[in-house]
Amino acid sequence: MSGGDPTDTFRQEAQELLEQLEQILLDLARTPDNPELVDSTFRALHTIKGSGSMFGFEEVAGFTHHVESAFDLVRKGKVAMTAALADIALAGKDHIRNLIERPESADAAAGQAILARLEATVGGHGAATETKATEIPAAAAPEAAKAHWHVHFRLPEHALATGTNPLLLIDELRSLGTATVTPLLDKVPPLEALVATECTIGWDIELQTEKPKSAIEDVFLFVMDEMDLRIEEIAAPKPAAAPAPAPVVAAPPKPAAKPAKTAAEVLKSGSSIRVPAERLDNLMDRVGELVIAQSRLKQIAAASQDGEFKSISEEIERLALELRDTTMGVRMVPIAQLFGRFRRLVHDLAVELGKEISLTTSGEETELDKTVIERLNDPLVHLIRNSIDHGLESPEQRQATGKSAQGHIHLSARHTGDKVLISISDDGKGLDRARIRARAEENGLVAPGAQMSDSELFQVIFQPGFSTAQAVTNLSGRGVGMDVVKRTLDALRGSIDIASTPGTGTEITLRLPLTLAIIDGLLVRVGQGRYVIPLSAVEECVELPHEEEGRASGRNFLNIRGDLVPFLRLREMFNATTPPDKYQKVVVVSANDMRVGLVVDQVIGDHQTVIKSLSKLHKGVGTFSGATILGDGTVALILEITHLVARGQRERTMKLAS
Amino acid sequence: MAKTILSVDDSASIRQMVKLTLSGAGYDVIQANDGAEGLEKAKGAKVDMVMTDLNMPVMNGLALIKELRKLPAYQGVPILFLTTESDAGIKSEAKAAGATGWITKPFQQDQLIAVVKKVLG
Repeated sequence: MSGGDPTDTFRQEAQELLEQLEQILLDLARTPDNPELVDSTFRALHTIKGSGSMFGFEEVAGFTHHVESAFDLVRKGKVAMTAALADIALAGKDHIRNLIERPESADAAAGQAILARLEATVGGHGAATETKATEIPAAAAPEAAKAHWHVHFRLPEHALATGTNPLLLIDELRSLGTATVTPLLDKVPPLEALVATECTIGWDIELQTEKPKSAIEDVFLFVMDEMDLRIEEIAAPKPAAAPAPAPVVAAPPKPAAKPAKTAAEVLKSGSSIRVPAERLDNLMDRVGELVIAQSRLKQIAAASQDGEFKSISEEIERLALELRDTTMGVRMVPIAQLFGRFRRLVHDLAVELGKEISLTTSGEETELDKTVIERLNDPLVHLIRNSIDHGLESPEQRQATGKSAQGHIHLSARHTGDKVLISISDDGKGLDRARIRARAEENGLVAPGAQMSDSELFQVIFQPGFSTAQAVTNLSGRGVGMDVVKRTLDALRGSIDIASTPGTGTEITLRLPLTLAIIDGLLVRVGQGRYVIPLSAVEECVELPHEEEGRASGRNFLNIRGDLVPFLRLREMFNATTPPDKYQKVVVVSANDMRVGLVVDQVIGDHQTVIKSLSKLHKGVGTFSGATILGDGTVALILEITHLVARGQRERTMKLAS
Repeated sequence: MAKTILSVDDSASIRQMVKLTLSGAGYDVIQANDGAEGLEKAKGAKVDMVMTDLNMPVMNGLALIKELRKLPAYQGVPILFLTTESDAGIKSEAKAAGATGWITKPFQQDQLIAVVKKVLG
């Protein structure tokens, strides 16, 4: 938390608070009589107001104050919490966001309208419960030339225990002018009865000062209402204001007892710091470079005879790997934040479309690379909109088919290996296979009469220009979007699967890599070229049986423990011209629960792979997902396993059919 | 030796501002997010003054002040609380809980330093 502009921190903080507030208000709309939610709402608003006024966001503070006051009334039981009030507060929350983010374009009239609605709902109680206690009397004291004051004071006995230091008070009085201090010891008990922590001494002070009386009173600001204090002007040059009004402070009304915080809430909020994402990216870059340099070192060390050198190299390898893992861990954020945003989306869409929808989520604690999470927002919004718009039926239709009137959307996230699966499932009518097919043929995306599995057919949805929506709605079905979803997923090295059952719903699953920057790879050689196979996809390495080797590429199957696995000869695919190694190796890889063998010349070993994306020109090359720089400075291409597996399986299907 | 101030506030921006201001004035500043964390840190360090917000999750400022005053080490240590004007009613409650004084939000940096000097010297 070093340096930085507190105003920026405030903006960020306010944004987070507003997001939280939105969640709380949405919950509150459903369960209006939850006092803890009301409390949280009040607290969030209170912080926004307090910090806003600190950093010059007067309008934010002013507006928030009214909303906060309304919730203060709710908190004190004077006004009932209703879904309507939560709705107004949501609108208020949006307005506050505008005021903070785009103050110049924020619509003051809109703010007024919200406040008017608020007033109408809360009504009667006045907007605020301002108990302006008489604080420092802003006495415009006549600037007396060096007045003479007699100050007599005795502190309450517990003053020392509560942190008041009488010596500091006397010092402060001294700083106002010239003072003569006389302690009053009359109330000090005999030694045996003396309690060291009780303040029994009083003071008489003659003070000569130019400062007004209010300045003297200010010295005692914190103790004034409990102490014995007399301030009298003596030998006044001219009769000044009325002498010493006893400091009367209106007994402030006791605020309603707050609901006791239960110990159950001992949620340890671990201390954390904020770091600009850019710095994390820089760090990741450096780590990537370090990993490259390290693998170079490793290569040289492997060829060396120097034992000490080798052991240092191993030490550095271990540290570099740990550093890599730690750095990637730093970039991980729980997906909860992303899921949270969708609750509002679903709420708004449900209202707009007149559908009843409940949203449930699971696996919110699943962590993903920050960049991935950010880029997932738009695709997920689109998929959810699609589910709600096209998937879920209207309440009447649902009831007609024997379903509950309320549709259901479920978002889930979970880890599998080095992938994260995010799925969006609905209990709507499912995808219309025939219509998709017809549409795809109409658009020339599928050849008429072609044999296709469901999952293949559904992939057509992601082709540019595909849309079956009969009427273009405001929300989706504009024929753009699904292809953008696919493109985003591709860019993230992820994939999409659709499973759908007519009448019971659709489940769309996104598979994403945990991180974008570095993977563990298996380095192989084919001809003269070197290639990287993502280690996560590798199942095993076997030697290509001799009898298979001689065969023409007619029947490329391997019998692995009784299972027929097709294999691809990478030498043929990559047109290797050098003579093949005597013993060809097969790397068995899997994707989407299907296996395929990749025949290579040599398996070199595992390799920390820092992924560099291919140039625009090579984007279309499906076989490779990227490139990496090897220890000796040469480039190796990274194989795209999903693509190869699909290809191998396709050949298998064709062969089996023939 | 520089005096140590424990600043307890659930608002990161306020914490940052308090820290900047007080570090600039030569104090060491320890920070905590809420009352419970504040209490923990107060127990783990020698603190010359505590400054706490009242409205906080987990453990609010009033509870923190009461807990601190139960600790022998925090008898006599000045405790200031941050408040807004609409909170005026809570001042007497906080004082009864053992607070030394308060700072009214919004405040300027020099006001903050003045109040801290006032109770800490």
